[in-house]
Amino acid sequence: MKRRTFLRRAIPVSTIPFLLGGHTLQAFGRSPFLDGLASLAAATDRVLILIQLNGGNDGLNMVIPRDQYAALAAARSNIMIAESRVLALTAATGLHPAMTGLHALYNEGKVAVVQSVGYPSPNFSHFRATDIWLTGSDSNQILSSGWMGRYLDQAYPGFPTGYPTVEMPDPLAIQIGSLVSPGLQGPSVSMGLAITNPNTTYILPGAEDTPPNTPAGHELTFVRDVAEQTSLYGAAIRNAASKGKTLSTLWPTAGSNSLADQMKIVAQLMSGGLRTGIYVVSLGGFDTHAGQAVGGATDTGTHATLLSRVSVAISAFMNDAALQGFQDRVVGLTFSEFGRRIKSNASTGTDHGAAAPLFVFGSNVNGGVVGSNPVLPAAAGSNDNIAMQFDYRRVYAAIVKDWFGATATQLNAILPGQQPLPLIKGGGATGVEDTSLPVSFELRQNYPNPFNGETRIRFAVPADAGSVPVRLVVYDMTGREVAVLVDRAVGAGIHEVGFAATHLASGAYVYRLQAGAHVEARKMVLVR
Amino acid sequence: MDRRTVLGGMLDAALADPSPHANPSDPLAFANTELPNTPRALSGLEPYTGLWGREQIFHLLRRTTFGPSPVDLQAFQTMSMTAALDMILSTSAVDSKPLATDSREMVAVGDTWVYSNARDPNSTFDPTGARYTSLKSWWTGLMLQQSASVMEKMVLFWHDHFVTQRNVVNEPRFQWRYIDLLRQHALGNWKDLAREMTLTGAMLRYLNGNVNTRTNPNENYGRELQELFTIGKGPLAGPGDYTTYTEADVKAAAKVLTGWQDDSTVLPQPGVRPSKFTLSRHDTSAKQFSARYGNRTIAGSTDGITEVNALLDMIFEQEETAKHLCRKLYRWFVYYVIDEAVEANVIVPMANILRQNNYNVLPALRALFQSAHFYDPLNIGCMIKSPLEFAAGIPRIFSMPTPADIATKYKVFYYIATQSAAMQQDIADPPSVAGWPAYYQTPQFYELWINSDTLPRRATLSNTLVKNGYSTSGFKFVADVITFTANLPDSRNIDALIEESARIIFAVPLTATQKAFLKQTLIPGLPDYEWTLEWDLYLADPGNATKRNAVLTKLQALYAFMLSMPEFQLQ
Repeated sequence: MKRRTFLRRAIPVSTIPFLLGGHTLQAFGRSPFLDGLASLAAATDRVLILIQLNGGNDGLNMVIPRDQYAALAAARSNIMIAESRVLALTAATGLHPAMTGLHALYNEGKVAVVQSVGYPSPNFSHFRATDIWLTGSDSNQILSSGWMGRYLDQAYPGFPTGYPTVEMPDPLAIQIGSLVSPGLQGPSVSMGLAITNPNTTYILPGAEDTPPNTPAGHELTFVRDVAEQTSLYGAAIRNAASKGKTLSTLWPTAGSNSLADQMKIVAQLMSGGLRTGIYVVSLGGFDTHAGQAVGGATDTGTHATLLSRVSVAISAFMNDAALQGFQDRVVGLTFSEFGRRIKSNASTGTDHGAAAPLFVFGSNVNGGVVGSNPVLPAAAGSNDNIAMQFDYRRVYAAIVKDWFGATATQLNAILPGQQPLPLIKGGGATGVEDTSLPVSFELRQNYPNPFNGETRIRFAVPADAGSVPVRLVVYDMTGREVAVLVDRAVGAGIHEVGFAATHLASGAYVYRLQAGAHVEARKMVLVR
Repeated sequence: MDRRTVLGGMLDAALADPSPHANPSDPLAFANTELPNTPRALSGLEPYTGLWGREQIFHLLRRTTFGPSPVDLQAFQTMSMTAALDMILSTSAVDSKPLATDSREMVAVGDTWVYSNARDPNSTFDPTGARYTSLKSWWTGLMLQQSASVMEKMVLFWHDHFVTQRNVVNEPRFQWRYIDLLRQHALGNWKDLAREMTLTGAMLRYLNGNVNTRTNPNENYGRELQELFTIGKGPLAGPGDYTTYTEADVKAAAKVLTGWQDDSTVLPQPGVRPSKFTLSRHDTSAKQFSARYGNRTIAGSTDGITEVNALLDMIFEQEETAKHLCRKLYRWFVYYVIDEAVEANVIVPMANILRQNNYNVLPALRALFQSAHFYDPLNIGCMIKSPLEFAAGIPRIFSMPTPADIATKYKVFYYIATQSAAMQQDIADPPSVAGWPAYYQTPQFYELWINSDTLPRRATLSNTLVKNGYSTSGFKFVADVITFTANLPDSRNIDALIEESARIIFAVPLTATQKAFLKQTLIPGLPDYEWTLEWDLYLADPGNATKRNAVLTKLQALYAFMLSMPEFQLQ
């Protein structure tokens, strides 16, 4: 069945007794409140990491048309990567040699390379082009809200009034290392929270240095302490940071790759059970007007270093996500405000351009190259640009609809008229909301996972199964039964049970569904 | 089924989780539990002779006005210290009256209501509320639109010193008259002001002078006059003995003041008090004071004013009286910690100047504002802004224009007044006769202004004023961040832009890390020259909406963030 279908429908649960903190409780009955809960869960169990490459990334030097080396040589011989050094993606398309980690992920089917993404009438101003990409506007349209902000406004109506809630105790979105992105600006308020580093005394930006021991320093420290205490989600973030961990050995030394440092924080927070759905991270320096590559060794230099950082950060993160068991919950997206010119300049650099490729990564991504190589003129002039093949909003639409499960109506409110590119597994074409009963048995990944104390598990019983005996049992890794969550006949529909592991130690557990003859098991991780 | 039943233990667990709304019930969680022991200035009231540069000028303007405007800062840069002090110590807008914005205030829109009858005999409508809205708007507007003078800060000081509260007085004409006295004497003679305060209608109502009679003396005003308004309460030296005065002196002072009542039939006019003296209510016996006043006796008299003057003469002869006021001025203008060095080097010599000048405050203020102590680096940036300083300060920093139409203008002023009130400083309505606790409650003092409720309110206000603005009647009260930026000395240079705007906005220097962060907010990941290019793109075509919007949103984000930084709470 389609994931969206699974999630979108209200939970027609009757009464299933289940164990929660050692007590038998009444399960959910159907109510408007619970319908809301279902949509919230749909909105929050999946995570987007948006990686902004500031300055305008030279896409032509990142995803390389192997079939057009003559044109490349004519346009940019002083910066061009030698053909033999290019990492092959397909017969026609290759990757910058600095991106070995990303290349490996691609070969595992976890990276979609989307060719020539842009929008009609491209703008060459950093400020304006960034505004366009973050708001999701047309070239000549001024929007005051961001595309992610509009999505979050749909998913969490009324935010911030009443938040944090029991269902969503954590920030909806987190920006790491700078101010909250305009992309997270909702129709009326910003839906995001900016933090620097949750492992430091002050997580809010701008307070990295210790004030002097003076009366002014004394008062400044006081105000900072109140500001930290007052930050709505400060404690939730610190809590997750203290419980979270990172396991990958691929993380580079702290301070050597700022993007990796930011994504490591994301991994730590996800590991600690933070339910935040969107993280925004960034890497600057892509405005390579000069010295983009080292003459004579074009696979080194500024751009190579930057692409290496992107590749290392993504591969370390995905490695960590796999080790900790949350890789299925994450999709990442890179973007830059524009690409650069086809023809390089005399300063071994490139000037502001137009369309460029981007990456969508994650285990739930349809890996491969989407679209065809840009067609380069035989002898590019200094004003030649790469033409748009895909509107950037179609990439966003895939995230909003096929990843986050927004309805067609919601998508149209967020990104009017945009059809998703087929980037997400199981995502697709219809956009028609399915309100019928499930068509197959399904055991869903628990959410949150990893979890601290409490989590929820959903399973589906198809319409044609009628009422079936269901047993949902949790085992520890030695195979010992630790909890029986469901043991009774259950009718068709989506069912949800809570699991409160208050009496259990940290570690991995398996939960197993047997519904009639259908058996399915999944793993979950308890973090204390 | 209610939610709690449904979710059971989950809800309880979630509620027990400390993450949402951490500890809002304890606003003093971080405030001083004892006075800070940071290094303190040892300098005193001797004249400052060091460098007279931007840092000193900005400091003077920050402490003596409701936030310096770029225009003030520019004007003062070429002034000598003497010229700057002459300007700061000049009176300004002494005669000002609130105007009606609504015909329900009983006068035509645009006219003042302060001379008008309290009620229209032909109507059941009570204009009190509307007039108070006008009064608070007017007063806040005077702060917002003040010139570069200490006048408005002193008016508020006297309000905090000689308190009356709207919710007790509840007569806008009386309270305007009271405010008018504060304005007339703001930079004048404290003793004169004390006399007029004693006899003004608002105060007679506020502290029960109205019911202070020969047969039933009411001690309220006689007590506060000494405890708060003049000599101040010293340490308890014995039963009923407060070192500076005693309970017997409270009773004696109350007798002196018997017979005075407010008189709402007297319309405000210069030289005529809105009060009356009724001899039959007055205790004409001789009043015996304690040893704390040298066992002085005030002879009974029948004209009312003779005894009041004798009482004030007696109190103002005490050395402690001048010191009490100087300590309050110190906490208003410098810092709240008064250690032995400050007492000896600042308070005592300043009190001497006040006494030598027969309680004219200007010479003492001048001495303070030209002292080595005032400009001591340890005294810069250590005051937490009061809500009014914060709320009125932002529009001043950005020179935000106000509408011409009186009704709309007063709505804008009232918006600032209500914002300040929500942050715990309600003009014309201090919390008690002692004024705002931030200026007397030890050891927290200024830190009382900032808590988990008020700090987010401050951030919300600054964010609103910089970004969306406050809209009323078709007028948008909003910072013009583009003009502010364009007026900086070298706005095309991003380092200069950050440096110069920070110097206007902050009283404390930012660190290199902070400046780098601010720069990144404007040009994330871009080389410096891209700011110049983007800014030039706009400057070359300022009518182009997309180009304007491109720089506007970035600058708004920059300044909104700067104003939300803890550093901006300091002055």
